[in-house]
Amino acid sequence: MKKGVMRPGHIQLRVLDMAKALEHYVELLGLIEVDRDDKGRVYLKGWTEVDKFSVVLREADEAGMDFMAFKVLDDATLGRLSEDLVAFGCMVESIPAGELKGCGRRIRFSAPTGHRFELFAEKEQTGKWGIAEINPEAWPRGLKGMKATRFDHALLYGGNLDETLRLFSEVLGFDLAEQVIDPEGKRVAQFLTVGMKAHDVAFILHAEQGKLHHASFFLETWDDVLRAADLISMTDTSIDIGPTRHGLTHGKTIYFFDPSGNRNEVFCGGDYHYPDHPPVTWTADQLGKAIFYHDRELNERFLTVLT
Amino acid sequence: MSQSFRITETRSGKSFACSDEQSVLAAMEQQHQRCVPVGCRGGGCGLCKVQVVSGEFDCGRMSSRHVNAIDREQGLVLACRLFPRSDLAIQPAPSGRS
Repeated sequence: MKKGVMRPGHIQLRVLDMAKALEHYVELLGLIEVDRDDKGRVYLKGWTEVDKFSVVLREADEAGMDFMAFKVLDDATLGRLSEDLVAFGCMVESIPAGELKGCGRRIRFSAPTGHRFELFAEKEQTGKWGIAEINPEAWPRGLKGMKATRFDHALLYGGNLDETLRLFSEVLGFDLAEQVIDPEGKRVAQFLTVGMKAHDVAFILHAEQGKLHHASFFLETWDDVLRAADLISMTDTSIDIGPTRHGLTHGKTIYFFDPSGNRNEVFCGGDYHYPDHPPVTWTADQLGKAIFYHDRELNERFLTVLT
Repeated sequence: MSQSFRITETRSGKSFACSDEQSVLAAMEQQHQRCVPVGCRGGGCGLCKVQVVSGEFDCGRMSSRHVNAIDREQGLVLACRLFPRSDLAIQPAPSGRS
């Protein structure tokens, strides 16, 4: 948090069919629909999230991620980071308050991996869904499907990992929590955190720029992950792999696809990171185990299927 | 009453049945054939792109990044979004994923 970036704020995903996407994200994942706008976008959140929304769906003729945003401490921090991004060499675009409903002004820039990111300082706080602010109960009744608690992180594929790490660490204050190093000493995967989580955003080296590997949502327990797997079968949802455990981050996980082919993860557990911790390193010759700790073997789909 | 058609992948010679309500990729997976690569199954990733060599078909929504209007016209489509309206002959798309 040393540069004033606090946490992931939202992700805007492109979907081919909004009705099918909502069936997936609301009825299956259990996100809460909180608003819609005149561009047809639908705003969602996990029930534990205090800010108004964390996922925005936009119907488009191509799947993938429009952008991912991080929330910063305050407007002065936003101003300072904007200057720092320009000094780093980023093109910075200003988006006025209200362009996303309930969100203050945003600044948008591209990372050297080809992904668009945003920073913002203010978003309407509607509180955790379904429970009181004072003397809150443990959880709300009426949650659907997997009962996803929050949007947690995204894994993105693209090039220029070194320059991207420099941008995220030097300008935005992220730490390198985990990495994969190939035999030549080149970093081919980097998991970055701005708090105590094992990752807030992660990047894997890839020939094509700006690709989404997955958007991930947090569950509390391994039982919840197993129950998510049951729901994936009950709804005949396209599965990728799992339930299993990752070597990287040691999270317990399952991967599946939304009806437009965007990969989702729900997971629980995983490592924590303090700023004085050195990065956890995996070597590329153990990549199978690093990704799928039990199978110890990569499936081709995990590396090549992207939106 | 749904109709059933025969899908033939000409490169491998493999064939399988597919109803008019089922995508070619789903039918292939259900019958344990492996002649078209399986990706997201949602029209988003482009991995299962095939050339329809002959036959009538309909398509669901597909990412324009992988199937543009010309592709669609030429029968270059995603098997996960390909619904037969007659027997079909398909083969892997010439360039694989575009």
